[in-house]
Amino acid sequence: MTILSVSNLTMRFGGLTAVNNVSFAAERGHITAVIGPNGAGKTTLFNCITGFYKPTEGSIAMSPSLGKIVRLEKLAGHQVASKGKVARTFQNIRLFGGMTALENLLIAQHNKLQSATGFGVLGVLGLGGYRKAEKQAIELAKHWLDQTGLMARADDPAGALPYGDQRRLEIARAMCTEPALLCLDEPAAGLNPRESAGLNQLLLKIRDEGCSLLLIEHDMGVVMKISDHIIVLDHGKKIADGSPTEIRNDPAVIAAYLGEGDEDDPDAPVAESVA
Amino acid sequence: MLEDLKDAGLCAFFALLIFAPFLGVHLGDGTSGNLTLGPTPERLALAVAATFIARMAMLAWHRLRSKRTAKPSNGAAAARAAKYIGPVLLAVAIIFPLLPGMPNAYIDLGVLILTYVMLGWGLNIVVGLAGLLDLGYVAFYAVGAYSFALLASNFGLGFWECLPLAGILAAFWGVCLGFPVLRLRGDYLAIVTLAFGEIIRLVITNWVSLTGGPNGLLGMPAPSLFGLKFSMAGGPGTFAGFFGVDPMPWQKTAYLFYVILALALLTNWVTLRLRKQPLGRAWEALREDEIACRSLGINVRNTKLTAFAIGAMFGGFAGCFFAARQSFISPDSFTFIESATVLAIVVLGGAGSQLGVVLAACVMIGIPELLQSLQIYRMLIFGLALVTIMVVRPRGFISIRRPSVSLGKAKMIGAELRAEGKG
Repeated sequence: MTILSVSNLTMRFGGLTAVNNVSFAAERGHITAVIGPNGAGKTTLFNCITGFYKPTEGSIAMSPSLGKIVRLEKLAGHQVASKGKVARTFQNIRLFGGMTALENLLIAQHNKLQSATGFGVLGVLGLGGYRKAEKQAIELAKHWLDQTGLMARADDPAGALPYGDQRRLEIARAMCTEPALLCLDEPAAGLNPRESAGLNQLLLKIRDEGCSLLLIEHDMGVVMKISDHIIVLDHGKKIADGSPTEIRNDPAVIAAYLGEGDEDDPDAPVAESVA
Repeated sequence: MLEDLKDAGLCAFFALLIFAPFLGVHLGDGTSGNLTLGPTPERLALAVAATFIARMAMLAWHRLRSKRTAKPSNGAAAARAAKYIGPVLLAVAIIFPLLPGMPNAYIDLGVLILTYVMLGWGLNIVVGLAGLLDLGYVAFYAVGAYSFALLASNFGLGFWECLPLAGILAAFWGVCLGFPVLRLRGDYLAIVTLAFGEIIRLVITNWVSLTGGPNGLLGMPAPSLFGLKFSMAGGPGTFAGFFGVDPMPWQKTAYLFYVILALALLTNWVTLRLRKQPLGRAWEALREDEIACRSLGINVRNTKLTAFAIGAMFGGFAGCFFAARQSFISPDSFTFIESATVLAIVVLGGAGSQLGVVLAACVMIGIPELLQSLQIYRMLIFGLALVTIMVVRPRGFISIRRPSVSLGKAKMIGAELRAEGKG
């Protein structure tokens, strides 16, 4: 069952083609990784999927729930999260630094809470079911604080948290939008090996709770251990698509990562260095 | 110590250079009506010496302060104090006009300060919470004032009927302005809002048949107390006549004082309520990071528009009150300097802080009025006071932020973590 199907996606910036005719599908309940050397077009692809860029050509079909299809490229930027049920994190962390961790998680539930306040009017007057909605929202926030091990920091400003905690808080915030697909842009960047292992556990837990994942990652330790499916981009084109084992042994991938010209070396040890 | 002397000496030298043309010479009338230029070294020496001593004192003060153990300024003390300052200020405001022997002029000054407090609170929604730099806030003040003036003179409506209409019209113009310009950010937004403020003023000035142009509009009714008018003539149907007291000018001023106090408190109450709700939190999130908001499914444009509209609405209320109080309005009352004053109040108070706005309004409006007797030195002292405040407290009087929700005990958030908003 496919949750996200990208077909013939092309993104051009003036004369530069950042993503060139890329098609792939991500399975529901799987962790799909997008890898590739620097400048391969991974983040551009991500920005197209999450509504930050309008693709020049191609289509992105998302299935937020079974039997329902939403064309992401036709939605306004903010609707990708609300209607498409696609949440994302950023390569450079984008938390609301001056607000507490808990507030960050409540803002993620804005649309749900806002309709409970009768679009502000009933809320100001203290009418309607806002209190109940807020209580539920705090429960959901607590659940994710607990999952990410940040319960003790709930009332601390997000900007004052250590880097690793900020990374996890951003994932918790994305999960509070109750997405069907979570897109992570280099979640392991800047984490030490222990934090990285913790991140693996967290991502697997998210998958087991029924959310599909799409991640860009440079840390092969993370990618190879947890991915169910890997897509490799190079110079904007898809060069490989398959399971971690297939990718590890794919000559095109090895060439892309280490340069060409080692075809005549039969027992190329490069696969290990990629892994 | 030697360094201090050197530093102060350098300051004195610059003071000498700066003051020499102003204070070093004296322009006088000669005997035959011609101008004479005479040196006045004693005045110059005084200025230079004063600079030297002031600099020495400042350096000594810094030295003293750095010696003391730096107290952790987590703002907890300030927050505790803020808990009491608010109610105390409110109590003072309530009894202020009723104090025996209170001069009418002081109550009037109170009305003026409260008008700016209300404008500050209104703009605080836009600038302090949503982080949208609005340099044309006076436009909504003008829309409110002219709405009331036109509705009152053309349809004979009273203040209380016009008040909500003025607010709605101002909010409407807030949305009209917001739609096209909210795609802009930061400086660009500031410039367009500045232009909008000027456009409104120019339209009012030039649309003579409707607004009376530069001559303004005259004769708006003052607010009445449940139908009772305030009139010096007394008699039935007036406040004095109904209660059987002598008509006095302060009765009307005091009533105006309570009306604007109530309007300002309404603004404050709505803002404080909204801050603890999804809309207010979304505004603050927008100030922190717009892109992240979008990725969380928040409709950025609509959220900004609500901030603009609600801020404009309170500006409209204040404008309506202003017109009723003056019973005369002209485009001169709605120049850019008004926008700048209100913005200065918000920034000086510490963007986002309600109590800060009150303190800043007292400083910004109160000081120039109270210093009237100093004549030409008034604005000099005022400017110096503002510079000093911004040097000592660069993020405003009250720059800490109280979280809108907490699991345990709420911890204050310092200004260094807060984003200022890029529009």
